Amino acid sequence: MREITFAEAIREAMSEEMRKDPTVFVMGEDIGVYGGAFGVTRGMLAEFGPERVKDTPISEAAIVGSAAGAAVTGMRPIAELMYVDFATIGMDQLVNQAAKIRYMFGGKAKVPMVLRAPCGAGRGNAAQHSQSLEAFFVHVPGLKVVMPSTPYDAKGLLKSSIRDDNPVVFLEHKMLYNFKGPVPEEEYTIPLGVADIKREGRDVTVIATSMIVHKALNAAAELEKEGISVEVIDPRTLKPLDVDTLVRSVKKTKHVIVAHEAVKTNGFGAEVVAVLVENAFDYLDAPIIRVTAPDTPVPYSRPLEDDFIPQERDIISAIKEIL
Amino acid sequence: MKYSESLTREDKVDMLYKMMLIRGFEEKVEELFSLNLIHGSTHLYIGQEATAVGACRALNKDDYITSTHRGHGHCIAKGGDVKYMMAELLGRKTGYCKGKGGSMHIADMDIGILGANGVVGGGIPIATGAGLSIKMRGTKQVVICFFGDGAANQGSFHESLNLASIWDLPVIYIIENNLYGMSMGVNRAVKVERLADRAKAYNIPGIVMDGNDVIEVYDTVSGAVEKVRNGGGPILIESLTYRWRGHSRSDARAYRTREEEAEWRSKCPIRRFSEKLMSEGLLTEEGFKELEKRVEDDLNNAVEFAKASPFPDPEDLLTDVYA
Repeated sequence: MREITFAEAIREAMSEEMRKDPTVFVMGEDIGVYGGAFGVTRGMLAEFGPERVKDTPISEAAIVGSAAGAAVTGMRPIAELMYVDFATIGMDQLVNQAAKIRYMFGGKAKVPMVLRAPCGAGRGNAAQHSQSLEAFFVHVPGLKVVMPSTPYDAKGLLKSSIRDDNPVVFLEHKMLYNFKGPVPEEEYTIPLGVADIKREGRDVTVIATSMIVHKALNAAAELEKEGISVEVIDPRTLKPLDVDTLVRSVKKTKHVIVAHEAVKTNGFGAEVVAVLVENAFDYLDAPIIRVTAPDTPVPYSRPLEDDFIPQERDIISAIKEIL
Repeated sequence: MKYSESLTREDKVDMLYKMMLIRGFEEKVEELFSLNLIHGSTHLYIGQEATAVGACRALNKDDYITSTHRGHGHCIAKGGDVKYMMAELLGRKTGYCKGKGGSMHIADMDIGILGANGVVGGGIPIATGAGLSIKMRGTKQVVICFFGDGAANQGSFHESLNLASIWDLPVIYIIENNLYGMSMGVNRAVKVERLADRAKAYNIPGIVMDGNDVIEVYDTVSGAVEKVRNGGGPILIESLTYRWRGHSRSDARAYRTREEEAEWRSKCPIRRFSEKLMSEGLLTEEGFKELEKRVEDDLNNAVEFAKASPFPDPEDLLTDVYA
C-alpha cells in the first residue's frame, strides 16, 4: 500500500469531501496561498478557489462562530485554527453556541461543522503554542472530539467528522504531520466512537492518544524483548469513547497504563481511569498509573520540553511498576 | 419614494397589532413570573417594539434573524407563534424548544429565527456565518443581526463586522441602543458619540434611526435590505430606543432617574403609531379597541395552551444533545 504523511491524509480527506459535496468548505488563518501554518491545506486553493478555501483575518471568535452560523444554515464548514491554544479565543462560540444550539433549540437545528486544530509539544513553541487541550472539549456535551495518531486513522476519521451532523473538534498533533503511514487509494471512512487496538498483548494494556500512541508502541517493542506482552489501544475518538473495547482489553490483561501528552490533573486520562473503575474494577490486579505531562505550562528549552513530554522510558517504568 | 408608501392600511394595522402583541406578551410574562409559573429570568422588550416590528416587516419569511437575551419581541415580529413561545417560557414540552431552551434560546428554524442568545454579542458571529452561507449557496436571503449597545463592546462585534465587510456578506447589524447595558449607561461605556460611527472602521454604511418610530424603522431597514440583498455588503444601523423595564426582574433601576423614564414613556412607540394611524384616518377608536381585544384573546389562548401542555418527560433530558 502507498504511504503518505499525516498532513497529506488530512488534505486528501478534505479534498475528497469537497469534491463530492459543494456545501463543504474550509476556512481559517493563512490557509490559502500560504497553505496553512503547517502546510495542511497546501494546494487546495488552486483546486477549489478562494470561495471554498477561505483565508480569514486573525479572528478566532468569528472563525468559530461564523462556521457555526454557516452550519446551521445549510453548509458543512471545516474551520482550521492555527493552534489549538487559540481555541480559547473562540471558546464562547464553540462551547456556548455551537455545542448547545441543538439542545437549546429542542433538537430543531443541527450544526455540522469540524474545528481542526494542531496540538502538542515538541517544536520549541513554548507555553502558548504547544498545549494538548482535548479535555476542555471532551467536557462539553454537544461536541465530539477526535484525536487520531496515524495517517490512515486521520483520513478515515476526518471524512466521518465532515459528514457528521454535529460539531466535531479534530485534534492533530503537529509532530505527526510529517509522519508517514499506509493509506489506501480507494475510498474508506472510519466511524467515530470506535477505538483501535494498535498492538495486541496479554500482560498490560496501554491506553494512549495521539503522539503518545507511537511512544507506547515503541515501549511495547522494547518490553517484548524482556518477555512482557503489551497491548496498545488508541481510543481515536475521545468523545464518544469506545468503552467496550477498553473494558475488554482490561479483562484480558488486568493491568492498565493511561498515557497522554496533556497535563495530568483532570486530563483525559482521568476520565479513562474513572470509566475503567466503574466498568472493570473487579478485573484490575493493580492500581492504574497515568503517564502524562506534569502540571506545568509547556517549557521552551529543549531539555525541559523533553522532560515535559511523556517518553517511552516513562511508559516502560510505569509498566514495570504495576506488573 | 419611501418604502412605507407602499404599505397598505392592513399592513400598518398589522404592524400596530404586532407591537401591541409584543407589549402584551411581555406584560403577561411579568404577571406569570410573579405567579411563579415562569422561572429563571426574563428580559422584557417593552418600549422597543417599533424596532423589531419595523425591521422584520422589511424581511421575507426565509430571511434570517439572530436575537438576544431580550428576544421575545424579535421572535414575535419575525412571525413566531405566541402559543409556542409561552409554552417554552412555562417550560412545557410543546414549546418552541421542547422546554429545553427557555426565554433566552427561543428559535424557529422554519421562519429563519436562528435563536435568541444568552451571551451578549454571542449571536453576532452566527449571523455573520449565516450571511456567509447565503453567499456561498447563492440565495437572495439576508440576515438581520439584532443586539444591544452593550454587545457593541464585545470582541465578537469587531471580528464579525470586519469579516462581513471584507467578504461583502448580506448582513444588517442593528444595534438597539436602549441606553444601558445591564446598568452601565452607554455614555459611560463608549467614547464615541454614536455607535453607528463605528461603521467607518469597516468602511460600511452606518445609519442612525429613531427606533421608536416604526415607519422610520421600516423605511430605513427596507432601504438597507434592498442594498444588502443586491450584493451591497453589510450595513450597520443604530436604533435609538429605550428599555422601559429594568434589565431583568431583580433590577431596582438605581442607575437612572424616574424623570428619564417618564420622558421616554412619552415617546411610546405604540401610542405614537396608533395616534398617527388615527390621524391619517386608517384606524378608529373602535378599531384600536378591537386590536386590544385581539391581543388579549391571543395571549389568553397562548397561556391556556401553555398551561394545558405537559412538562417534558424525564427521558427528554437526555435527547437532542447530538444529531
